Amino acid sequence: MTKKKAKIYTRFERLWHWSQAILIISLGFTGFCVHGVYRLQTFEEAYKIHRLLGWALVVLFIFAVFWHFTTGQWKQYLPTRQKISKQIRYYTVGIFRGEPHPYEKTTRIKLNPLQRITYLAFLILIFPIMATTGLMMIFYDQVRVVFPIPLEWLAFLHTVGAFLLVTFFIVHVYMTTTGHTVFENIKAMITGYEEVMDDEGGDLAVL
Amino acid sequence: MCHDTTGKYKKFPAGAGHPAYEPKEFPPGSGKIWEPVDLSEIAQTVGAASRANCGACHFNGGGGDGTKHGDLDSTLVNPPKEVDVHMSPDGENMVCADCHKTEAHQIPGSRYAMSVKDAHGKDLPESDGNPTTCESCHGLKPHTKQKLNDHIDTLACQTCHIPEFARGDKPTLMFWDWSTAGDKKRGVEKDEHGWTTYNFKKGTEKWEKNVTPEYRWFNGQTDYVAVGEKVEPNEEGVIVINQISGGPDDPNSRIYPFKVFRGKQGYDPETKQLLVPHLFPFNKEDKSAYWKGFNWDEAFKVGMETAGLPYSGKYEWVKTEMYWPQTHMVAPGEQSLHCDDCHSPGGRLTQVAGIYVPGQDRFPWVDALGWGLALVALIGVFVHALLRLISHKRNAH
Repeated sequence: MTKKKAKIYTRFERLWHWSQAILIISLGFTGFCVHGVYRLQTFEEAYKIHRLLGWALVVLFIFAVFWHFTTGQWKQYLPTRQKISKQIRYYTVGIFRGEPHPYEKTTRIKLNPLQRITYLAFLILIFPIMATTGLMMIFYDQVRVVFPIPLEWLAFLHTVGAFLLVTFFIVHVYMTTTGHTVFENIKAMITGYEEVMDDEGGDLAVL
Repeated sequence: MCHDTTGKYKKFPAGAGHPAYEPKEFPPGSGKIWEPVDLSEIAQTVGAASRANCGACHFNGGGGDGTKHGDLDSTLVNPPKEVDVHMSPDGENMVCADCHKTEAHQIPGSRYAMSVKDAHGKDLPESDGNPTTCESCHGLKPHTKQKLNDHIDTLACQTCHIPEFARGDKPTLMFWDWSTAGDKKRGVEKDEHGWTTYNFKKGTEKWEKNVTPEYRWFNGQTDYVAVGEKVEPNEEGVIVINQISGGPDDPNSRIYPFKVFRGKQGYDPETKQLLVPHLFPFNKEDKSAYWKGFNWDEAFKVGMETAGLPYSGKYEWVKTEMYWPQTHMVAPGEQSLHCDDCHSPGGRLTQVAGIYVPGQDRFPWVDALGWGLALVALIGVFVHALLRLISHKRNAH
């Protein structure tokens, strides 16, 4: 396999990633305002904007799900136990010794085992919990007629999810700097292109 | 009185509801004469009851203008719109009987049998027999915004739409401590508004205007302590004179605004009764009246005797509370409470149990753990970055 500059993130993926980033950051700011941590806006304004952004994220998520299934790219998130310890060892030891990445990003496999499991958890756990509890709180008076769950349980789950997302955000942003160069990963997410191993024609499901 | 249009009908202060039928001196010994009311003239000019007619008594409950209720005072004869959107001539110009619509002189909407949640809604085309609820006109979906309508199962309309009470010209009596009465040297003391803070006849008083209500669960049921009833102070040392009922699990309850009138009254610790004091002297020789002899022992003894009740001879002062539901002086929509008033840390419903108010309530340990986790992550990435920087330099050598 040779290295080549290849398009690894399609236009939709980049649009998806960055609009999701903007939405989640804004949801965080308005959400913690609703939570009463600070008051940059009135509760009413924060709630309205938060609700609107939440709907926008749900719509975006539906598009993303559609895209992943029609392109087969959902396989990128299939978790693997292979080399997961190698990846952990790299971040805790190898990176300080100047060792090479245990995974070379290839044209067909974009995510290392840690990313796979993290993003999968985000997509099938955190996001659905946030969306479900959020929507249930918007329609709480209607929901509780058929499903009498206390409002504080929904608020509890939604807040726990929010803190997990804050933590994810911090670690995620930092991890972008661990490529071959500090800005390599971010550049790739903006332009779509990155120097990767040429691996055209292989099967995504096989590592 | 109710249908007088002359404004001349007046009740005699110590006449137990009667006007003066012949010239009478009041206060006794003052030389001031109350002239008798010309009942024929009044009878010949009766008309529909105006706000002033009803207000002649109801604005003056508790001994003076605005004293008792908190949401009723003489401002309502001609209120500006911001004081009462319904009764203002600039608003709907409604009179009392528009809501308290009588049937055969039966007046609905008494505080003794309140309806806090009207599930029936609009009284047209079919009435539920109580036209005084807000829902009777405004229905069960009064707001255009769904989220606001979602609130009405837990919040009474009054809770948001009466942001403060006593918003008219008159203050209302909030506190009355009888135990400090009797200091003739202090006489009568007033604050910068000219409102009494001390009166040697009555004790310590506190008058307030534009008061933020206190909020309680309420289902309309109120139990009153009657004269002569045995009653003991609660765990806070307070005798609640009218105990309101309701709670978060009671489907007929909503959170409701109250004027809580607090005081200190005489209490017999042995017979466990609130004491009836004898205040007005029976005649010129009567020294047992408190406002003559200023001796509580005597005043309670004669007061209880006259009421036909036992008295052990011992009295002490006990804190009392009385709950006055607020329902008049509804403000224009734009002056009602905003989301922030409750949905903020320390919001208005902080003391109300059984509800989770987003923005006001939280699980403090979740927030502590959450911020802790984020902080650990932040420190972690900084340390990691620092180690990378150091090792990178070392490896370069």
